[in-house]
Amino acid sequence: MNAVGTTATNPSTVVATAEQLIDGWELVVGLEVHVELATKTKLFSASANRFGDEPNTNIDPVTLGLPGALPVLNRHAVELAMRLGLALNCRVQPCTFHRKNYFYPDLPKAYQISQYDQPLNVDGWLMLPGDVRIGVERAHLEEDTGKSTHFGGAEGRIHGSDYSLIDFNRAGVPLVEIVSRPDIRTSEQAKQYVSELRAILLAVGASDAKMEEGSMRCDVNVSVHKPGTPFGTRCEIKNVNSIRSVGRAIEYEARRQIDLLTGGGVVKQQTLHWDDASGRTNVLRTKEDADDYRYFLEPDLVPLVPDAAWIERVRAALPALPAARREALAVLTGAAKESEAVAVVVERGQDAYIGAVANVGGDAARALVYVQQAFADEPATPRVPAGDLAALSLMEKNAKITSTQAKTLLTELVANGGGDVIAMAKAKGFEAMDSGALEAMVDQAIAADADAWAKFKAGEQKAMGALVGAVMKLSKGKADGKAVTALLQAKANA
Amino acid sequence: MPESISRETVAKVARLARLHLNDEEVDRMTSQLAGMLEHFRDVDALDLSNVEPLNQPIPLSNVMREDVEVPSLDRDEVLANAPAAQDGRFRVPPIIGFEE
Amino acid sequence: MVELRTAVDVARAVASGELSAAAVVEENLAAIDAREGEVHAFNVVTAERARERAAQIDADIKAGRNVGRLAGVTVALKDNMCTRGVETTCSSRILAGWKPPYDGTVVRRLADAGAVMVGKTNLDEFAMGSSTENSAFGPTRNPLDTSRVPGGSSGGSAAAVAAGFATVSFGSDTGGSIRQPAALCGLVGVKPTYGMVSRQGLIAFGSSLDQIGPFTSTVADAALLMEVIAGHDPLDSTSLPQPAPELMSVLSHGVEGMRIGRITDMPEGSSPDVLERLDAAFEALRNAGATVVDVQMPSMSYGLTAYYLVAPAEASSNLARFDGVRYGLRVDAKDLNAMYGDTRAAGFGDEVKRRIMLGTYALSAGYYDAYYGKALKVRRLIADDFAKAYESCDVILTPTSPTVAFKFGDKTNNPLAMYLCDVFTIPTNLAGHAAMSVPFGTGEAGLPVGVQVLAPALGEAPMFRVAAELERAA
Repeated sequence: MNAVGTTATNPSTVVATAEQLIDGWELVVGLEVHVELATKTKLFSASANRFGDEPNTNIDPVTLGLPGALPVLNRHAVELAMRLGLALNCRVQPCTFHRKNYFYPDLPKAYQISQYDQPLNVDGWLMLPGDVRIGVERAHLEEDTGKSTHFGGAEGRIHGSDYSLIDFNRAGVPLVEIVSRPDIRTSEQAKQYVSELRAILLAVGASDAKMEEGSMRCDVNVSVHKPGTPFGTRCEIKNVNSIRSVGRAIEYEARRQIDLLTGGGVVKQQTLHWDDASGRTNVLRTKEDADDYRYFLEPDLVPLVPDAAWIERVRAALPALPAARREALAVLTGAAKESEAVAVVVERGQDAYIGAVANVGGDAARALVYVQQAFADEPATPRVPAGDLAALSLMEKNAKITSTQAKTLLTELVANGGGDVIAMAKAKGFEAMDSGALEAMVDQAIAADADAWAKFKAGEQKAMGALVGAVMKLSKGKADGKAVTALLQAKANA
Repeated sequence: MPESISRETVAKVARLARLHLNDEEVDRMTSQLAGMLEHFRDVDALDLSNVEPLNQPIPLSNVMREDVEVPSLDRDEVLANAPAAQDGRFRVPPIIGFEE
Repeated sequence: MVELRTAVDVARAVASGELSAAAVVEENLAAIDAREGEVHAFNVVTAERARERAAQIDADIKAGRNVGRLAGVTVALKDNMCTRGVETTCSSRILAGWKPPYDGTVVRRLADAGAVMVGKTNLDEFAMGSSTENSAFGPTRNPLDTSRVPGGSSGGSAAAVAAGFATVSFGSDTGGSIRQPAALCGLVGVKPTYGMVSRQGLIAFGSSLDQIGPFTSTVADAALLMEVIAGHDPLDSTSLPQPAPELMSVLSHGVEGMRIGRITDMPEGSSPDVLERLDAAFEALRNAGATVVDVQMPSMSYGLTAYYLVAPAEASSNLARFDGVRYGLRVDAKDLNAMYGDTRAAGFGDEVKRRIMLGTYALSAGYYDAYYGKALKVRRLIADDFAKAYESCDVILTPTSPTVAFKFGDKTNNPLAMYLCDVFTIPTNLAGHAAMSVPFGTGEAGLPVGVQVLAPALGEAPMFRVAAELERAA
């Protein structure tokens, strides 16, 4: 049962803005993201959940679908799934497991144990930058399949292959399928959704969410319609293996559907395969060929009813989530919460560090700049002691050193994992000019280039460059460019 | 209950179940299943409108296990039982018919 | 006529040194030599393994080492119970020659208790049948009259005990597949409460219905075996949390003051000899101080329909894994779908195919509500009927089988006629309750008649009390 419904019975209430329309068409996107949970063992059996091992070395009777094997639910998988659900603002509810029956060689029992009409997490949402809210319809538990590799066809595709080899290491790995409501209206939003979801998964420790390793997989549902009309027929795009591909696939498919409809054609409900190399979608199968899954309650499992105490424990143990951390960092540093600096620093987990710098009296705004620029290779808790960075930030703030000099000292701090910035500045002969000496040099530069001064006073901002350059020369590079500019401006306004 | 099962439906069900039945078998299966389903109409006499289905006879819930690894089955022993194996994996014929 | 040893006697004698485990095995193997050709109870006789195990047990006893409660007791196991390294075929071509890489929980518990496996017994293919005529490897014959069926689906296990090939045996019961063969072969056969005995390692037919249980010549043996095999298994999510019930201690309690239910609106069609034995059973219990109470089970006769929709539905899903990919038969073909279709066509017999088709249909889009969904509701009605009945009685008595053992070929032309064999046993599986068959005299042609004692879930103790009394009176 595909819960991303673009039908009249379950529409999204989100309406695109004028800028978001494509040639007058509204794009509707829903995302189904499968994530592998970071458990030690599989969802229903105790062999290892590990990527990269030799084929068929993490197997057991349940994993192989041997006759007589029975599933037993992994408690830690439930815990992680609840964490994930609560982090997405879902309601955690009593739930059951169903069998989804179909034949495929990487499906060892010829049915997948999943959740159908009573999933674990329902009715949540995710906030994108710019306060855009994307609904999360459900996030349910299910087991992963094995992996097939095809031989003899082009590029390892099934078409034209001679045989396939199946590895069951991945079979039974715990998955959570996160189904968004069709609230996404642009390809950019879709990318942000995936990115934000990933950040949340990492923050709560539910998954390592590596798209390149397959521990996070996106299926993209795309349809278009004219605003005010019913939603159009949607196509599902598979094999979208990176955030960039999410955007490209949506843009391609939107254009394909719009062109088709504009030309009087009809969009067929199909499953498509995204070919990243050629940048297009290809038909995988048409809806009529789809299997009848014959869902029925899994008789080998019993209902899962997390009690209020358990739910509360999980909720209370949730770490601060990325959106909240961005908000907090923005407030602390005065930077915009959608800014690149804030996003990057939170993603690296270095926001707590900036808080530490502020705590010892450092300038948070400058610290943010330093960390963004120079700490890309540092861990979440950087090696440079907070106190050292705080000292640096204060030196620059109090104009004891110029910003250029600060940059130099910063590089050295990072290289050495810390240092006494005052001593370092002294050793390099960095001293900010006192304001008197600086003003004298400014006056000197004005006097030497009356032409530039006249132009600047008349409003030509460009003329300032020559004057600033002259002051820098006079000061042998010690002058603080910002201070010089401020002085010139003040004199011009006087 | 629906009208008796048709030959076409039987053929479709056989495909769903991946059971290769020849024409004669489909015919025989159709008449046998139809006979059984006719007999099963006896439950139409019951008023089931307010009855909850009973899936599992025992009222258990929350049966779980700890996340502790157990050694894998021996790959060689398992593949020795396999109809076809290659490079440590199970080998199957081309997966045609699942993709256009 | 082989004198049947009981497990209680064998265990005691072997433990005390009076009897060697080796001697028990040799006795069984001799009986097998003499009559197995005729009876065909086994798919495989594990003679060497049995001899080795028996020798080990004898050595352990001599050395004063701990041996289990069943040390030296020989057992035959239905060939749908996974036994590591020993073929487990479900009497199907699709699993011919398959050796599981693991033991099922019950198999392990028996081995840990010192039981000695002598072989894997024949069954209706994938446990689907009531006569063992559906085996892909040929039928089993009733040792008491080889022109007749032993019952099914656990016919081989029943025949093995009846013919003296093993002290006791084990089968599985989804709709009566232990109780009915027990009745037809003159044995005690128990279907435990659903969840009381682990299903791990039992090749599934109807997952919400299946249970493993013993075939024995006495009620005490059945009680002993239940104490060994029952009890919580963390490898089976549907396993009840309780440990094995204490049953041996209740056998002498008698039935004074107990209330025995008689179903007044029982389905018709039982033969007069069977009904006469049932009456006699009620009489015997009355004489022993119990009261007979009339109860009604208005939905009981709909059990067949509910069962023949629920069980095949679950089976159609359980048997989908037999696809030629990872184990078992594979018929090579040009592509995967053809391989699936050809493998399953060649590997499954007619009855199995019929039930897979029925089950697939009952679950399919557009038909779920009319068939599977409806069947689950009928299941609820039957459970409710039982709940109401047990308000006024402790156990219920019915025939186990409507007739004594029938002749080969009697019912094979009409699947529905065969299904009717299970009319009294099916409701218990649907409700998840306990039931057992106790031999109670003979009927037509001197063949044994079994009386079924039914009890509510976890009612093994009162059930065994009544069974013991019936055994004393038989």
